[in-house]
Amino acid sequence: MAEIVRLLSSYNTAVVLLAATLLGAAGAVAGTFALLHKRSLVSDAIGHAALPGIAGGFLVALAFGFDGRNLAILLSGAALSGALATVMISWIASQTRLSEDTAIATALAVFFGLGAVLLSVVQSLQVSGQAGLDSFLLGTTAAISAREAGTIAVMALLVALVGLGLFKEFRLLTFDAAFAGAMGYPVRALDLGLMALLLLVVALGLKTVGLILIVAIVILPPAAARFWTDRLGAMTALAALFGAGAGAVGAGASAVLDDLPTGGAIVMTAGALLLISLVAAPRRGLVAQGVVAARFRLARRREARARSGQGLGQGLGQGSGQGTGEGRARP
Amino acid sequence: MTLDPALFLTVDFPAWAVASLSSAVCALLGNFLVLRRQAMMGDAVTHVVLPGIVVGFLIADAHSAVHMTLGALVATVLAVGLIEALRRFGRLEEGAAMGTVFTVMFAFGIVLIEQTGNANSHISPDHALFGNLEATVWVGPTAWGDLLSADMWALLPPEFATLLWVVPLTGGAVLLFYKELKLATFDPLLSRSLGFAPGALGLGFMVFVAIAAVASFEAVGSILVVAMFICPAATARLLTDRLAVQLWLSVAIAVLAATLGYVLAASAPVWAGTPGALSAAGMIAVAAGGLELAAILFAPRYGLLARRRRAAIARAAAGVSS
Repeated sequence: MAEIVRLLSSYNTAVVLLAATLLGAAGAVAGTFALLHKRSLVSDAIGHAALPGIAGGFLVALAFGFDGRNLAILLSGAALSGALATVMISWIASQTRLSEDTAIATALAVFFGLGAVLLSVVQSLQVSGQAGLDSFLLGTTAAISAREAGTIAVMALLVALVGLGLFKEFRLLTFDAAFAGAMGYPVRALDLGLMALLLLVVALGLKTVGLILIVAIVILPPAAARFWTDRLGAMTALAALFGAGAGAVGAGASAVLDDLPTGGAIVMTAGALLLISLVAAPRRGLVAQGVVAARFRLARRREARARSGQGLGQGLGQGSGQGTGEGRARP
Repeated sequence: MTLDPALFLTVDFPAWAVASLSSAVCALLGNFLVLRRQAMMGDAVTHVVLPGIVVGFLIADAHSAVHMTLGALVATVLAVGLIEALRRFGRLEEGAAMGTVFTVMFAFGIVLIEQTGNANSHISPDHALFGNLEATVWVGPTAWGDLLSADMWALLPPEFATLLWVVPLTGGAVLLFYKELKLATFDPLLSRSLGFAPGALGLGFMVFVAIAAVASFEAVGSILVVAMFICPAATARLLTDRLAVQLWLSVAIAVLAATLGYVLAASAPVWAGTPGALSAAGMIAVAAGGLELAAILFAPRYGLLARRRRAAIARAAAGVSS
């Protein structure tokens, strides 16, 4: 126990934990709207599409004489290629006969393939820091400095605050975009803003969660929160709480235990929250629904027993009341 | 450039053949994923099979294709059930339900690999993603004549041997259930009312998707599996309206992409005069995307240019008549 406290209370780990917590909350806030806009899988494509941006950013940084590990350059590259992927998805879905899911899968696979090629180019170069690019795939807290974690924490907090600050506008956009337009809200700009928040969360999460699983911090907490409430405000707050909890517990466990990848730990914590919600949530949870179904069956059985107990006459009377032509024709 | 038979048969031929076979089998099944609007299910399956493979590996305590495939099938069926449960009880839309299930299962697989200390064996996360096409070597044949010797074929790399039975098995199943699949794809309601049980057919189809994913997975990695499930089928869909034609086209396009990508990855560093190698799996995925882009632009009927030209002709005709 003392060992755990010692591991978690070092300055570096504390900042990393703070970053993961705020990131989880920011991802959940942006994700709540993404979920309601049916953009969950687009987020997955954005995450995978970050790879060519990271590897390309590394190569560009090298070419201009910077350190390839410069986080700002790498994350800008990731956000840029993620944005390109979303443009490609909406272009294919709107301009061809292919459906949106095919467009998403195409963008995801092709961008990731390009990333693999660029990554192999980087790895064949004899330069320092190229091995670190691997850590963007599945994320790790070990590779983050306190300064980087501080930047991520501040940016994540900003994303969450912008998301909450524009809550009313986003809510209107989500539930009645036409009405929002008629009210004079800049619908197109709001839509782009929502996309930008999503891109930012993905870019910020690359270092801790990794690009393969980053989509999970966007969809899991809102999906879990959806079980508990129908109201958007409560759902967003609960999702942010779940996201922050998953970020903190996952990153903390990964810091304490050996060989526990951070991204995997955060996603599994969020998954556990979802599982608890699926089973135990009031009204929508499996247990609650099972109870409702059992009560219904019990009531039906009681009713049937009561009816048969009241004697044959009334039963027949009811039957003849609903009589059909076929029934009367019987001798 | 002279062809050294020993080098070609040991290195290039097995890698190219494994890439082509896995591309072909994924593309064949991918047609139905694309037509049923389940394209992202292909992505989901390549993620959810990972924990199944790892558990199979741990139970067998060795690299056993049977255990790993069974594990992957169990994981796929479990995932399909979980997605359905989340959709029905959580009222999540399909994309979100899919996304939650496959990320959690993939995370579980990754954590399992790391926690059991298998990260450096050949089920490492890196191999799972990018495959290991470059390491698919056929140690044995040194001359063209060796291809006729049965002993040499017994030395095939295991990924190659697995694909040699998965490809005919999958192709046979698609041929056998062609009519049922076609009906369930284009008219699920009619299929149900005729008593074809589209639900069971759908689950059976997913099992084959999982088999194809697992067989391809080890050699080419999940990235190429996703690309091949979608890109060749989408390309073929832009070129024809007939299902049978689309199936054959997609397989041909997949093999073409595998060949193009492999040759590019192998020869680009030589042309550029740089050491090191490019990721062949990545290059093949890019080639498949390039072919799809070409079809999006230049397809004779459904391509953007053809549609624009038709629109211009229609406008001109309208202008003449008015």
